[in-house]
Amino acid sequence: MIPELGTLAMVIALLLAAAQGFFGIAGAHWNRQSWMQAVGTAVTGVWVFVTFAFGILTYSFIVHDYSIAYVATNSNDELPLMYRIAAVWGAHEGSLLLWIEILSTWALLVAIFSKSLPVAFRARVLGVLGVIGVGFTSFTLLTSSPFLREIPAKLEGADLNPILQDPALAIHPPMLYMGYVGTSVAFAFAIAAMLSGRIDPSWSRWTRPWTVAAWMCLTVGIALGSWWAYYELGWGGWWFWDPVENASFMPWLASTALIHSLAVTEKRGLFKSWTLLLAIFAFSLSLVGTFLVRSGVLVSVHAFASDPQRGMFILGLLLFFIVGSLTLYAWRAPSLKMDGGFETVSRESFLLLNNALLFATALLILLGTLWPLFMDMFNLGKISVGPPYFNIVFLVPTLPLLVLMGVGMHAAWRRAALASRARMLWMIAGGAVLLALVITLGFYHSIGLPLTVVGFAGGLFVMGSALVDPVTRLRNRQPISRSALGMAVAHFGIGVFVIGISGVASYKIEKDVSMGPGDSTQIAGYTFNFKDTRTNVPGPNYVATQANVEITRDGAKVADLSTEKRQFKIQSMPMTHAGIAVAWNRDLFVALGDDLGANKWSMRLQYKPLVRYIWIGAVIVALGGLIAMMDRRYRAKVPVTEPATDAGAAGRVA
Amino acid sequence: MTPRRKRLFAILGILAGVGIATAVALKAFDNNLQYFYDPSEVASGKAPSDKAIRVGGMVTKGSVARAPGSLEISFVITDFAKNVTVKYNGVLPDLFREGQGIIAHGQLKDGVFVADEVLAKHDEKYMPPEVAKSLKKQAPAPAPEGRT
Amino acid sequence: MLRYLTPAIAALALGALFWFALHRIGNGTLDVREIKSPLIGRAAPTFTLPLVMDPAQRFDSHSMAGKVYVVNVWGTWCPACREEHESLISLSRITGVPFVGIDWKDDNAEANRYLAQLGNPYQTVVADAEGRVAIDWGVYGAPETFLVSKDGKVLAKYAGALTEAVWAEKFAPLVSQQGGAP
Repeated sequence: MIPELGTLAMVIALLLAAAQGFFGIAGAHWNRQSWMQAVGTAVTGVWVFVTFAFGILTYSFIVHDYSIAYVATNSNDELPLMYRIAAVWGAHEGSLLLWIEILSTWALLVAIFSKSLPVAFRARVLGVLGVIGVGFTSFTLLTSSPFLREIPAKLEGADLNPILQDPALAIHPPMLYMGYVGTSVAFAFAIAAMLSGRIDPSWSRWTRPWTVAAWMCLTVGIALGSWWAYYELGWGGWWFWDPVENASFMPWLASTALIHSLAVTEKRGLFKSWTLLLAIFAFSLSLVGTFLVRSGVLVSVHAFASDPQRGMFILGLLLFFIVGSLTLYAWRAPSLKMDGGFETVSRESFLLLNNALLFATALLILLGTLWPLFMDMFNLGKISVGPPYFNIVFLVPTLPLLVLMGVGMHAAWRRAALASRARMLWMIAGGAVLLALVITLGFYHSIGLPLTVVGFAGGLFVMGSALVDPVTRLRNRQPISRSALGMAVAHFGIGVFVIGISGVASYKIEKDVSMGPGDSTQIAGYTFNFKDTRTNVPGPNYVATQANVEITRDGAKVADLSTEKRQFKIQSMPMTHAGIAVAWNRDLFVALGDDLGANKWSMRLQYKPLVRYIWIGAVIVALGGLIAMMDRRYRAKVPVTEPATDAGAAGRVA
Repeated sequence: MTPRRKRLFAILGILAGVGIATAVALKAFDNNLQYFYDPSEVASGKAPSDKAIRVGGMVTKGSVARAPGSLEISFVITDFAKNVTVKYNGVLPDLFREGQGIIAHGQLKDGVFVADEVLAKHDEKYMPPEVAKSLKKQAPAPAPEGRT
Repeated sequence: MLRYLTPAIAALALGALFWFALHRIGNGTLDVREIKSPLIGRAAPTFTLPLVMDPAQRFDSHSMAGKVYVVNVWGTWCPACREEHESLISLSRITGVPFVGIDWKDDNAEANRYLAQLGNPYQTVVADAEGRVAIDWGVYGAPETFLVSKDGKVLAKYAGALTEAVWAEKFAPLVSQQGGAP
């Protein structure tokens, strides 16, 4: 009975979402007040029923209802409660339900916090979200219902994929989906604007906090995924340019560009059509990501079980939303006039370059991701586009971006008088280069890779440059707006992130060795002493072989690590659990490999300098987003006109 | 800047971006595409020597050999027509075992594939028996209609 | 206006690429998995295995010489096999092509109960308890279905649950090329 209730709730949610879409869009079109009023109710209804369905699936996992096929294939009696809950989104069907749950939550939040928006506009935004909801809910119901029965019922489930049994991964998908799905809000705002034919600064002001919120979730989600891959999957790698990773990174690049472009549209009324296009792109790339991960057209370690049938359905959805919105764009964009100009050296120019570079990066990553499929399609050979390609196409646009970021933060709108700041910027740049040389030559005794010094100097330059404004204002006891502070913090985070990458890419040491009890190996001045192994160490749903390693430096103990090779009982699948010793300046990483005989084991030992700063940087970036989001002018009822905005920028309507 | 000039500027900016992008992509593509070969192609000499490629196949039963205590391992992968011997010096992935499909990155040297990375692919679409072992324990008698 | 249509056109082109890719994966002419079945066009591996119904008797695949037949690898432990079972029954009945089932790494009593309960689509079902024959056939997982020609060559392979649609698109033309069912 219970799972049937879940299906029923989904059907009701589908109908309500259809009502939400219809009343929203048609109500605004024909200006029917009562229809537009009904949209908010529909949104609440959708959320209630989707959440109910989601709760039912969660409940079924908690009580081990193996009569549901999805539960039987993804859970087990011995699976700990936390992972039984995480198992709800552990595979295709449930993760789609999570997708819908998050979509309806975003819609609910928009409905609650947008009461001060013009009624018709709000109705349109919610209507578009309703249409998206209809698409994905019907996809779930028709091809991927998690509530299907398996008759006869199993006595025992097949367990969750051991790779997914990890705390970071339990929260990674919800976070990532909040980001992915969150791009739909900016998309809905863009569509609503095009339907109404109006884009003005207030439109950008409404759109910005939502975009920043989604982007923030995406940032955290990607960082969590990378962190998880680092210690669970990747034997110490933190980014693999896997298609699934790229699928999350491309929307991130697009929404980063969108945030910056929205700033120009809000403050200066420029780049309107480009901003709209980016809002469409960000959501489209999220959909393309969803498609790539679930349709089975790409080979990836993370891809969901998939079949072409489902793929066709998502492709249909994808084309409907992307081609539909782009056609609407082609129809509306020509009438969006640009007004107001700007000088070659101005904040606008910097942001334009920022957008061009971010966009180019996203396109190149898309190209590299799809190229193997393209080659395979036309029988040109089976190829893989390796990390070297992605490293190049990532670094070439982003290194100039660092310099632009450091300088551009100080450029004024319209016309920047950078000369007044030039002295200070040169000083920061000089200091950054000097410090970079001290770090590379002084601490690591090597100049590293060709780009090492550039990386360190670039990161430090951005960090320094980001601090200037907040520090000056603090010293002069001037107030600083939250959005300016948020920008500074986020850019500072990027600098930290770059330092982390530079350090780990340049000075990491990885060594595969054969070791037995009593053996020791030295890397980077640390001595790894293999103490002993223990077999048959029990875990909740696995047994492990454990190796204990003591790390010393100059005779002093640094850490005791244990690493395990876990054999999961049900899926009879081995998983390595690495031992990691964390310090402010480095990670030491030990992973146990195979029994080599003769009382020796294969071991992977790693020294990872500054690796933590990659994720710390990402968290700071997200924090910057959070601060900016709380800026006063987004709190709707106080329509603050920006002092920086001049009359010409009060964007005219198209 | 007048709107017209500004538009020109914007278009030039975008063109420059696209131009850089294309140049970078072509350059990067040039030496970073890794072709995939199966053992038959390797045996028939289609795969180039001393160039980074990937080969894939099933690890032949009983072919995994290593000196006790040594990290160096050799095994044979097959496509059921031809075989290729793979040598590897490092830690193998968790899912590596005989009878499993693997993909190795490396170079062909004198007919032996010297791998610098070995990947075991795990396909969820249809399951190997071990994965589904527990599902064997079915309800002794099918519950009538199976409804709760 | 035309300029503004560029993104939409690019999106359509991308969509077309995806559509063709999915289409070709669907009909089996494109396999994105890098390790493909190399058996197509080659001699089917031969085997002699005990019958599931009567383990005392053995079945020799040479006895199928001169016939077009299907080899279906399955197990009672495999949910997708259960999914395709109904299709197998109707396909074997309608097409008249003999189905040889290889019950992979399974329990015999369990398999007999399964077939008694759900029906038996197979002309012969053999037990590959240790999975050696499955390795010869290059089986990664269940279900996998192979079509073998009259002269003993593997004509086609399908991984995953077989459906009538897959049969119609992928197997049926090959069967009629072979002059239909024996």
